[in-house]
Order: sequence, then C-alpha cells, then structure tokens
Amino acid sequence: MAQKKKNPVWSFFASVKLALFLLFILAATSIVGTVVPQNKPTGFYAEQYGQKMANLMQTLSIQDMYNSWWFLSLLGIFCLNLIVCSLERIPGVIRIVRKDNLTTQPARLLKLPFNETCVVGQSVTDTTEEVVSFLTSKGWKPGRRDKDNGTLLFAQKGAWTRFGVYIVHVSILIILLGAVIGSSAFSNKILHNPDFAFKGSIMLPESQETDHIFSFQDGKKIHLGFTVRCNYFSIEYYGNGMPKTFLSKLTVLENGKPVRFKNGKTVHFLEVNTPLTYKGITFYQSSYQPYSDFLVTLINKKTGVKQQKIIPGGKQVSSDDGLVSFGIINKEGRGEAISRVKIWFGDADADPSTFWLNNDQEAVVKRPSGDYILHVKQLYATGLQVTKDPGVLWVYTGCGLMLFGLFVAFFTSHRKLWAHIHEKDGQVNVVLAGSANKNKVGFEKTFQRLADSFKEKK
Amino acid sequence: MDSSQLFGITTIAYLLSSAFYIGLLVFKGKKIGTVGLIFAIIGVLAQSAALGLRWNESYKIGIGHAPLTNMYESLVFFAWCTTLFYIFMEYKFKARVIGAFVMPFAFTAMAYASFAKGINQQISPLIPALQSNWLIAHVMTCFIGYGAFAVAGGLGMMYLLKQSAVNRGLSEKTLTGGLPELKVIDDLTHKTIVFGFMWLTAGIITGAVWANEAWGTYWSWDPKETWSIITWFVYASTLHARFTRGWRGSRIAWLAILGFISVFFTYFGVNFLLSGLHSYGSS
Ligand code: HEM
Repeated sequence: MAQKKKNPVWSFFASVKLALFLLFILAATSIVGTVVPQNKPTGFYAEQYGQKMANLMQTLSIQDMYNSWWFLSLLGIFCLNLIVCSLERIPGVIRIVRKDNLTTQPARLLKLPFNETCVVGQSVTDTTEEVVSFLTSKGWKPGRRDKDNGTLLFAQKGAWTRFGVYIVHVSILIILLGAVIGSSAFSNKILHNPDFAFKGSIMLPESQETDHIFSFQDGKKIHLGFTVRCNYFSIEYYGNGMPKTFLSKLTVLENGKPVRFKNGKTVHFLEVNTPLTYKGITFYQSSYQPYSDFLVTLINKKTGVKQQKIIPGGKQVSSDDGLVSFGIINKEGRGEAISRVKIWFGDADADPSTFWLNNDQEAVVKRPSGDYILHVKQLYATGLQVTKDPGVLWVYTGCGLMLFGLFVAFFTSHRKLWAHIHEKDGQVNVVLAGSANKNKVGFEKTFQRLADSFKEKK
Repeated sequence: MDSSQLFGITTIAYLLSSAFYIGLLVFKGKKIGTVGLIFAIIGVLAQSAALGLRWNESYKIGIGHAPLTNMYESLVFFAWCTTLFYIFMEYKFKARVIGAFVMPFAFTAMAYASFAKGINQQISPLIPALQSNWLIAHVMTCFIGYGAFAVAGGLGMMYLLKQSAVNRGLSEKTLTGGLPELKVIDDLTHKTIVFGFMWLTAGIITGAVWANEAWGTYWSWDPKETWSIITWFVYASTLHARFTRGWRGSRIAWLAILGFISVFFTYFGVNFLLSGLHSYGSS
C-alpha cells in the first residue's frame, strides 16, 4: 500500500473529495434529462430548441443522456473511485478488527471515554475469575493476559460492523454490475449473443401462438426457444369507465405440448402486476389491440368436438364437419369495443336461426342436426412486453445488501470493553473501561449499567 | 362521522399546534409548548382514525385499497408521517421548540391537500398498474423518508436562525434563545438525515422492484425516478461530507435545506413541471 499511495493517479481516485465532487456532478447533470424530454425523434429537438441548440444536444447525446458516453464515463469514474477508496481503507479496518487489544497499556484505560474503578477486597486471581464470569454472563466473552501485577481482560462486540460501510459500497457496485449484465450493449457488443438479455414485445391475437418476439432496440426477431399461446384476452371496467383489469390467459408450449407451471396449471392469468416467467424470460401485460374480427368457438354437444374460428363480420363459414354454417350479420358497441352481435346459424335441415348474443358469452343452439354450444367474442390481441434480464438477480441482491449495509453502518457499532484487575496499596482494584466507534451515548448507558451492576454485586 | 370531517379536524389541530409551538418560541412559556404537543397528538389521532375510515370507505364502495394512491392521499400521509416522526423526536430528545419548525409543514400539507385546486379528494379506483402491494410498500417507505427530511429541513433552518443570533451576540432572552444548543441541533439534523436516508433508499428499492413487476424494467430514468436518485445523491454527499470531511454546523444545515428542496421537487415539481409515469400529478 505504501508505494501505491505515492502514485498520484491512485491517490486521485482514492480521495473522498472526488467522491463528493462526483456525487454533486451526477446529481446536477441528472437534472438535464428530466427537463429535456428523452428519446424523441431528431426533429423534435430542432423544433423545440432551435437548430443550433439541437446540434449541441446531438453532440452531447442529450436526447439519450443517461446512456451517453459522458454520463456513463462519470458512472465509471464513480465506480473506480468507490473501488480504490474502499481498497485503500479496508486494510486499515482489518487491522482494527484484528488488533490485539490485550497489548493496551493498563494506564491508558483511565484515559478512555468511559471508565470506572472499584476497589474490592479479595485476591487478584479470585477477582479475575469473578469478573470473567460476570462479563460472560452479560454476553461479553473476554480474553485475558497477565501484566503489571494484575490481569487485563478484553472483550468486544460488533467488530465486524466496521465493514458496514463497505457492504454499502460493494452493494452499489453489484447493482451497477447487474445493470451492465442486463444491458443490450453487453449482450450485443461484448457477448455477441443477443439472446442473452433483451427487451422486446409482441402483439399476439387470441388463439394464436408465437415462438419469437421483436426486439425494442432494432426490431429484430428474437427466438424464445418455446412457444407462447394467447388463449383469451379481456378488459374489465369500473362503473366510471376506467379500466380495472387487463387479463390475458397464456399457455406455454414445448414441442406442441402445454407446459405445467409450478402451481400445476397450464394456463397463466397474466395481469399488469402478475407477470409470467418461464426459462428466464418474463412476459408482461403491456397493451392490447381490438380487431373487427370475431373469435367463434363451436362445440357439438353430442360428439364433444370443439372448433375455433376467426371470422370477419358479414361472412358465412361452415363448421369443419360441414354440418352447420354460421356468420355474424350485425353488431353493436361503443367505439372499437363491441358489446353484442347478431348471429346467423343454419344447417341443411331447417330454416336458419338468427339471434343476438352478448360479446364473450355463449348460447346453446338447438338444431335438428344436434345441439351446439356457441361462444362468440370480439377478437383482441394482447400486447406483451417480453424481457430477459439476467442482471435483475444481481440488482436485487445488491439492493438487499445495501439495506443491510446501511443498517449496519448507521445503527450498529464496534464496542470494546477492558477490565484491569490488579493490586494497589494492598487492595484489589478493578478498572472497567470501554469505548465505541459510534452511538457513544448509547454505549455510555450500556457501560454505566454494566459498571453499576458489577458494583452492586460487590 | 366520515373521514373527510376527521381530516378537517386534523387540519385545524395541526394549525393550532403550529400556532402554539410558534407561541412557545416567542413567549417561552413551558405550558404553551405542552398545548402545542397536545394538539399535535389530537391531530395525529384524528388523522389515524381518518386514514382507517377512508380505507374502510374504499371497501364499502367496492374499490378497496390503502389510502396511499393519489396526490391527496399522499399529502395526507406525508403530514401524518411528519407529525408522528416529530412527536417521537420530541419524546426521545425532549427538544420541544422544534415543533415550531416542523408542525407548519404538516399543517401546510393538510391545508394544501384540502383546499388547493386540482387535487381530487375522491376515493378513486386504481388503474391496473397501481393494483400491487408494492404500491403500499413503496409509498410508505418513501413518505417516512420524506417526513424525516422535512424535519431535517426544519432543523436546518432552526440551526441557521440560531447561529445568526449567536453571531450577532443576541442574548438568551430573544426569540432564538429558547432554541436548543447549536451542537444539539446539529446532532439531531444528522440523526434525522440518517434515518430518512435509510427509508429513502428503501423507497427507491421498493419502487424499482414494483416497476420490474409491472413493466419489466426496474429503472427507466423517468423524471420522478431520476429526481429521487438526485435527492439520494444529495443526502449521500451530505453524509460523506460530515463523516469523512468533518463538515458540521451551518454547512450541514444548508445541505439539509437543499436536500429538502430536492425532496419537494421530487414530490411536487416533477408532477407539475415535468411528465412521466407517476400518476399522482394528474389526479
Ligand atoms: C451514492 C453512493 C454512496 C453511498 C450510498 C455511500 C454510503 C456510505 C455510507 C452509508 C457510509 C457510512 C457513513 C456514516 O457512517 O455516517 C459511507 C462512508 C464512506 N464512504 Fe461512501 N457511499 C457512496 C459513495 C462513496 C464513494 C464514491 C466513495 C469514494 C471515495 C465513498 C467513500 C466513503 C468513505 C471513505 C467513507 C468513510 C468510511 C470510514 O472511514 O469509515 N463513498 N459511505
């Protein structure tokens, strides 16, 4: 360490002044991106701020400033600062934690912030045993060494808490590492493997399936390695017309077979706050799209045969077995949302039936050729955001560590306790002394209680 | 009685509490301070009941959710946290006049929530993105932090006031004489910031987890997120300046005030001046 200290680059990065400067600069520059809208088309900036300013912004990548070279460099320097500064100090902390506190000169005990002397009248050895068992009963496990015609005892608590600060610092690095791992730059430019981490989306109409999605970044196809099917999509509304629930029912297929999830089911009810994760890839409910087509499900009650068809309004289609045909001849609704449809349903043997059916409801149709269950619903596509981010685990670990580290750094302390038992003027003296690196007021109380309780026993 | 009447009582109690604490600052009668405290306690009790009632009312109208979901509710919760934190501090550190610098925050928040234009007091249903337990965890942690930072900001102002009085050699009999020792204020400011920093950190983290649950992105540099991290940087530098560079006194007091301005901007400024994901501003 001693050599490194002389290296000016090293000491530059080891300085806390730099840290304060960087925190200030990061805070100040971050403001820019909250005032200037981010990631708008190029024209927007020229329109809003004039051509000259827009050019300057372009140079500084203000339109995407949190990913700009200079902002990322600041973060990089910040990390370096954090690493060097911590490396510089950790050896000192280890020295403090490992320190042999039994080498302390007994005379120094009286100079410690808290000390208390009491005089007892037995032999040094007996008293020592007594003090040891007293301290042990209070949760302090003392070590001992004979010196100055007496014995010095030392016990400490929470020595490790001196590392709390470094737990916080390391947690910041872990979070940023997680962010790097999850970034598209890392998977594209370093791993050359766009499947490692990605964000993308797909519009998936009901009854359809997909084995790929499209990347947000460049619109390229990304293969999932399995297939996802949207069985169903619906929106529920509150009385005042606000949307209450967006629901997609998804099934994952491997080699054409539905996969059972952990809960034993094959259908996942996807809502905004209940994403579906499968093989590290997470699906989020993010948007939807209504169509003017209809999803018709027809079940022959006798044979149990079920078929599903997507049909546009006004077109007549036949069932697969050719026994019946049906179509939608009218519809009602508000805006793009359809509330009910008029069905035409016929077969060879009798006059066709026509009737109204509410959207997403079923009817039993009795025909000479048999009974059918008919379900009609306006076709929707569910908009899924699809993310694979192996960095999230790191980020969450870092967050947990940070909270733990902050707690340790702020609310715990390293407390030391000495007792020197020795003979003075023909009597046995016990000197209790203590110190703490933080929360001195709290430790003073603990120490006083300990000393009082010891004196009481005497 | 319904929750809005109780919130009305709370507002009045906080107003009276502020008035009596300021009275304590001016006239230094111990009893005046006790009355201030009593009003603060009445206010907090009424407000707790009101929060519970409002929660219950939301279930009665069939859209049950914790009262933490829009601008009105968050302002009310902010006032509640600030007052609770202050009462705890008065109990623990016995420094009563601080109320004169804190209770006005609580009162202002309540009054603003009740009377400002464009703040919807109705219990409104939650859009799908807000239907998450993380919402409760996120808002609670953030606002406990904000409450502490409000107190720290008040302490910072108090420090500067007292210091200028000391510098001008004003005697103990003047207005600022009744304030605690500079060293005590400084120490309390630091402790309060530490407490707030812990909660702000937890607030940012719960927010990130929630965003990841709802949208698949734990951090998107939306203006509110960015301002919360700016605030976090400000307090991180305050802690480092104190801990490693030995900053004390007026510098820390200024930073406590600057930090609270940043909190204030995170909370309000972003909603009214900038645009983003957070829906508090619009309702
Ligand atoms: C925003 C990022 C940071 C956070 C959240 C953070 C957190 C902390 C915390 C909680 C403490 C303990 C303070 C106390 O006990 O009052 C601390 C101490 C410290 N931090 Fe940081 N820190 C950050 C960045 C940095 C950076 C970039 C450096 C680089 C030099 C640094 C250097 C130090 C030093 C030297 C100490 C004192 C350690 C000691 O002597 O015990 N910190 N930090």
